Amino acid sequence: MIRLAALLVTFLGLALPAASQEVVADLSQRRVSITASFSGSHILVFGAVKHTPESQPKSYPVINPLDVVITVSGPLQPVTIRKKDRRAGIWINTEAVEIEAAPTLYKIASTGPLEEILTEAEIQRNRISVPLAIRAPDAAEQSEDAEAFVEALIRIREADGLYREKPHTVHLTDQTLFRAEFNLPANLVEGEYTVRIFLTREQAVVADYTRVLRVRKVGIERWIFTLAQEQALLYGLLSLAIAIAAGWAASAAFRYARGS
Amino acid sequence: MQIYLPIAEVSVSAFLLLGLGGLVGILSGMFGVGGGFLMTPLLFFIGIPPAVAVATEANQIVASSFSGVLAHLRKKTVDIRMGIVLQIGGLIGAGLGVLVFNFLKSQGQVDLLIKLSYVLFLGVVGGLMFYESIGALRRSRNPAAAARPKRRQRGWVHTWPLKMRFRASGLYISVIPPILVGICVGILAAIMGVGGGFIMVPAMIYILGMPTKVVVGTSLFQIILVTAFTTLLHATTNHTVDMALAVLLLIGGVIGAQIGTQIGTKLKAEQLRVLLAALVLLVCGKLAADLLLQPAELYSIGTVGGHS
Repeated sequence: MIRLAALLVTFLGLALPAASQEVVADLSQRRVSITASFSGSHILVFGAVKHTPESQPKSYPVINPLDVVITVSGPLQPVTIRKKDRRAGIWINTEAVEIEAAPTLYKIASTGPLEEILTEAEIQRNRISVPLAIRAPDAAEQSEDAEAFVEALIRIREADGLYREKPHTVHLTDQTLFRAEFNLPANLVEGEYTVRIFLTREQAVVADYTRVLRVRKVGIERWIFTLAQEQALLYGLLSLAIAIAAGWAASAAFRYARGS
Repeated sequence: MQIYLPIAEVSVSAFLLLGLGGLVGILSGMFGVGGGFLMTPLLFFIGIPPAVAVATEANQIVASSFSGVLAHLRKKTVDIRMGIVLQIGGLIGAGLGVLVFNFLKSQGQVDLLIKLSYVLFLGVVGGLMFYESIGALRRSRNPAAAARPKRRQRGWVHTWPLKMRFRASGLYISVIPPILVGICVGILAAIMGVGGGFIMVPAMIYILGMPTKVVVGTSLFQIILVTAFTTLLHATTNHTVDMALAVLLLIGGVIGAQIGTQIGTKLKAEQLRVLLAALVLLVCGKLAADLLLQPAELYSIGTVGGHS
């Protein structure tokens, strides 16, 4: 027992200087409820760096300052990207590339430009940047310029505000407290959103932390969605009944209004 | 007021949807077209996923056509017998159309075929109607120059068997031409994914020789069944009918259809045809421009399985 404790002490003693910080964080809300009047939402990601005595910044300016990168990723879904080309004077879809999994939303916030606070290898290893979040292992087999298709996907989703990389949007106070705000758009897809927080120093990730945000339809939205999926025939008949009833009601109302 | 649509998974303005529904409803009541060929592109434009737009549109057309038919029934401008005969042809045609569609899908390029057939049919139908109705308008303004329109094919069609009396249309003709018309429209409707009113209306006027006043109500009558069937099919196979979207569109649509019917009965038949022809040509021009002009963004995103 004593030997074990001694072993632990030596192990920790050796390990601590290398991984000297830990990060703890939380979200302002763990779930986002989509109601009928849902028009987007904000989430605040906040947390703190747990310092050990050695890593505590003692003098200013700090020699090796910490940086924080936060990513929010929507559920992964397959997508097809089509390209139009001119054939016999007509613009038609000619080529298509199927992407195995692309996040429905991907936002990066950081204390500074990604390429300044992380090396290329570290970005690759942790799959931090937008292109790395898109998984298309067999895209190259489908088209010669598969890269152009992936770039187009990113360009279109950036224009829709779904993919975004924003440096200088994480506020880090006294090398300890950090927070960042994310806007979730109105056309939010249901599912589990992964929030990852990376603590970096000298262009390397020194600690990371993951939280899950659940986005779910509630109330009538949930009811309609479930009915459509599970009781499709009943749902179809109900839709028709509403249509017929509305058609009749409008006709009756107009007849009444004209007093005939 | 923004509203989140549960199936489409997008948030849109409720008033925008009510307005769109109303606008298309007016056209539907006036001309006897379902309005799908107008509404579907409009829904794409405001960001509704194509699969949801097509399926939900069918549901909305059921409502506006039903509202329109009730208004026409009161005016006794529906030829129910003719509607049923056309419907029989339409269902056979729709079945054939699905087979053709699947065959073309296996060969690839079905999207192009849909777009080209739209441009071709809208262009030909719109052009012919426009030309004919302008002539008719001129004759009605200047009665001195009015010549009796030639009764083409009258004698020939009269020799066909299986004659039936269509009292509301004032016709005594063989059931074969209406069934053939129904089949052709059914095939096109299945391939192009619309009710087919914009082809059916001119076909009834020019091929079957039905009076314009009866044509609109009868066309709406047969559209109800086609679109109700389509709605059920989409709801059970693709789960893409968005009830919330449909309700907003149809509230606007049914009111619009009533107003449209009122406007329609005040206009002269020739004026009605000129306007419908102009509308058809407008949509045709837009589709042709899409095919011929270079798009700003060459790439588009679609979900796997659905067609763009």
